[in-house]
Amino acid sequence: MSWLPLAGIGVVVFGFALRLNAAMVVVLAGVVTGLAAGMSPREILVAFGEGFRNNRFLGLFLLMLPVLGLLERYGLREHAAAWIARRRRVGLFRVLLSYLALRQLTAAMGLVSLGGQAQTVRPLLAPMAEAAARPGSGVLSEEAREDLRAMSAATDNIGLFFGEDLFVAFGAVLLMQGVYASHGIVLEPLEIALWGLPTALCAFVIHAFRLKRFSRRVQQ
Amino acid sequence: MIGLAHVYTLAGIFLAAVALLSFGDRSNPRRFSSGLFWGLLATGFLAGDSLPAEALGAMVILLALVAGCGGLRAGQHVPVAQPLLRERAKRLGHLLLVPVLLVSLLTLAVALGVSRLQISGTPLVSPVQTTVVALGIACTISLLVALRITRASPREALEGGRHLLEAIGWAALLPLLLAVLGSVFARAGIGELLSSALTASLPLENHAVALTAYAFGMTLLTMVMGNAFAAFPVIAIGLGLPVLVTQHHADAAPLAALGMLAGYCGTLLTPMAANFNVVPVALLGLRDQHAVLKAQAFTALPLFVCNLVLLFLLT
Repeated sequence: MSWLPLAGIGVVVFGFALRLNAAMVVVLAGVVTGLAAGMSPREILVAFGEGFRNNRFLGLFLLMLPVLGLLERYGLREHAAAWIARRRRVGLFRVLLSYLALRQLTAAMGLVSLGGQAQTVRPLLAPMAEAAARPGSGVLSEEAREDLRAMSAATDNIGLFFGEDLFVAFGAVLLMQGVYASHGIVLEPLEIALWGLPTALCAFVIHAFRLKRFSRRVQQ
Repeated sequence: MIGLAHVYTLAGIFLAAVALLSFGDRSNPRRFSSGLFWGLLATGFLAGDSLPAEALGAMVILLALVAGCGGLRAGQHVPVAQPLLRERAKRLGHLLLVPVLLVSLLTLAVALGVSRLQISGTPLVSPVQTTVVALGIACTISLLVALRITRASPREALEGGRHLLEAIGWAALLPLLLAVLGSVFARAGIGELLSSALTASLPLENHAVALTAYAFGMTLLTMVMGNAFAAFPVIAIGLGLPVLVTQHHADAAPLAALGMLAGYCGTLLTPMAANFNVVPVALLGLRDQHAVLKAQAFTALPLFVCNLVLLFLLT
């Protein structure tokens, strides 16, 4: 067996580490991997084309953009911020922690599309967190705002990942069941999904602890 | 029947409109190459099913070249003045939240309920990729509601959407490109190579070594592939079932669940999972390309350790 195809991974690692344009790096890595695995240029083009065709759904978040763009021109983010700012007792920690809990619980019920980076983080969570972080009319430093937004995005991802795997009809659970079944081990989806619970609880506790420390640091 | 093809057409029309506006936007220093980028992408969405795969593949490479050579730039957008924004926010109030919540709720409603509706035997919504189709329907309805609430023109929605899309730039294409790379990796047998490297070089007859290798293998392969779904079959078939279940009599159900979750820790750590870790950087206007990854790292690493301990306790 040849180790040559692994060169593509090297391209990705170096490209991302050097912060080259990621689109270029990824396509270059695909070409290198294909050539190293003995594919002809034509086969590589076909692989790229079919990959694009079958994965177009990954680009569909852009359908959300006209709605968001319009509402933002009419003050959506300002409204979300003002709404939190009026509630003085709702601190940054409470905003982020409630979002984490809600996101994890709803995802565990299979309601994964209730939230998302375009659906809720940009229009609602980020402006709310920013408003909660500056009680009164204080101004956030550029750095603190950057950290806040990144943490809002991270909180959505963590809530989603460690909630959705508890849902029995979720793709991951069905995939595990399918792989096992093809090797003669028959399990019920529920049997698999329940074992995700301890890690999901750990994820909530660990991230809640980090949010607590993060909130304290930002608000100082 | 409303299916994926309709939703792709919708996205294609939006992209084509963005391309036309970009071509004519004199405030954009690279308006022709930027228009070309969005135009090519629009073609991919509109004609992706009828174009031969070779042509689509060449298009993907051209897109990456335009992006990589800095050919994709944003035009200058005149922001709405702060006092006017605040006045509008005050006037419309919670009404502004309605379209945002509608997107989520309608996606759910269509995916769960309406998809069962049938008109003379044909389902109203295609059963293939229902959630994605539902998202398309939800965005359309919610856009109409948003236009109604703000009494804005469709042109203003298009410009607002274009502003956001230009701010995201080539990162909008990245999740797609990474999925393409994932499929090339799969064809080249990268996963099998890595998992055989793991099994050949470690003393797997030792239970602790095998279990640790399983967890690390899931995390690392997920980081390479950008997706725990792609990593799981490789590691489960290469290491989990033959070594841990057969030789060490591990309990199969927790082994699968905890292995997958070790993979999820990897998803939090890799730029390859672009839709979670790179698109938000662009969407939130962050300067550091790795800001979201850094925010996640100190949750993901202790969580990986907890998950590893659970693997030892439960399997």
